[in-house]
Amino acid sequence: MADAEQHSSTQASGDKSWHGIVLQTLKRNAIDLIPYVPDRVLTPLIKNLHADPFFTTFATAREEEAVGIVSGAWMGGRRGAVLMQTSGFATLANTLASLAVPYQIPLIMFVSERGTLGEFNYGQSLVCRTMRPVLDSLALEHHTITRLDELEFITDRSIKQAVTTQAPVALILNPLLTGGKVFDK
Amino acid sequence: MNSKMTPRNTKVMNRFDVTSRLIAKLKHEEAVIGGIGNTNFDLWAAGHRPQNFYMLGSMGLAFPIALGVALAQPDRRVFALEGDGSLLMQLGALSTIAALKPKNLIMIVMDNGIYQITGAQPTPAAGVADIVAIATGSGLTNSAWAADEEDFERLVDAAMSASEPSLIALRIDDKPGVGTTRRDPVQIRERFMHGLGVREPL
Repeated sequence: MADAEQHSSTQASGDKSWHGIVLQTLKRNAIDLIPYVPDRVLTPLIKNLHADPFFTTFATAREEEAVGIVSGAWMGGRRGAVLMQTSGFATLANTLASLAVPYQIPLIMFVSERGTLGEFNYGQSLVCRTMRPVLDSLALEHHTITRLDELEFITDRSIKQAVTTQAPVALILNPLLTGGKVFDK
Repeated sequence: MNSKMTPRNTKVMNRFDVTSRLIAKLKHEEAVIGGIGNTNFDLWAAGHRPQNFYMLGSMGLAFPIALGVALAQPDRRVFALEGDGSLLMQLGALSTIAALKPKNLIMIVMDNGIYQITGAQPTPAAGVADIVAIATGSGLTNSAWAADEEDFERLVDAAMSASEPSLIALRIDDKPGVGTTRRDPVQIRERFMHGLGVREPL
């Protein structure tokens, strides 16, 4: 459970939705550069980041590109985070192993989890199974967030740990938290 | 060169020579990001500076990394050196940069039409694609081929005071890099952060 200070900051924002909590936690940790490759579930977060002048939010063509951008920004003294979907994470193994990990860059990744709990696209369910083995093979810190009441604590603590230990972290936003994407023909 | 290539009025230059010419012009602690392989080997050989960053993997990310530095430090000029084969891996980055328009970002593409370091195999673009046309079509209107060394230096001078991002492409020969970067990623990153004034040495 989050401590009292963290609770009050979120309550002050008035938005207790998952995306409201993520936005406020980013802001409180001075993370203001947010490149992303879009995802349906992430849409309200992306929309609100664009609407908030605190953030520099923009789409990139590939997730690798976004990782390069926040890595450069970190070295230049500016904090960022990358938003992506499960299938986008699957494109990152080389970049994680040759840039973020060996150069000790606190890469903060939010991954909207497709491929489980009601997935309708077989390819998404398959690529999802590669995500945790890749994270584990590089011994990367990762958390799967399923509960709204744990979101702020996990996100805030993970960001601080990434920065202080100079190590990447992946925060996996599970359908139990976000509702996920369901088949709507 | 590929026999299908349309004759151009651009001189074939040498990577180490033009990299050295660039470094000699830097008087304001400009950042320089060297892409994978020969591009950063020649940056290293031109004389290490604390404001240099050497990429040891992540092929194609020299421009995105430089974009991040440019967004973090808008008052510092940021150069990125990239090979043609590397750029082909991340062409979408050109549009991202065109959309964000960081005026302090200067992209330099060393085009020899080959993957020199792996055995000089021709790239898929060799003889058929034009990097400046790709960049212009991606929205980077301030893109140009350097006709020769003097023209390169002139384009660098112009880019230093440009009001939009600049891309300079050069045709280079098939020579390997003349040095080898010390492959110590943590030291490279830490020294670079010192060079950018983000951190003090321990």
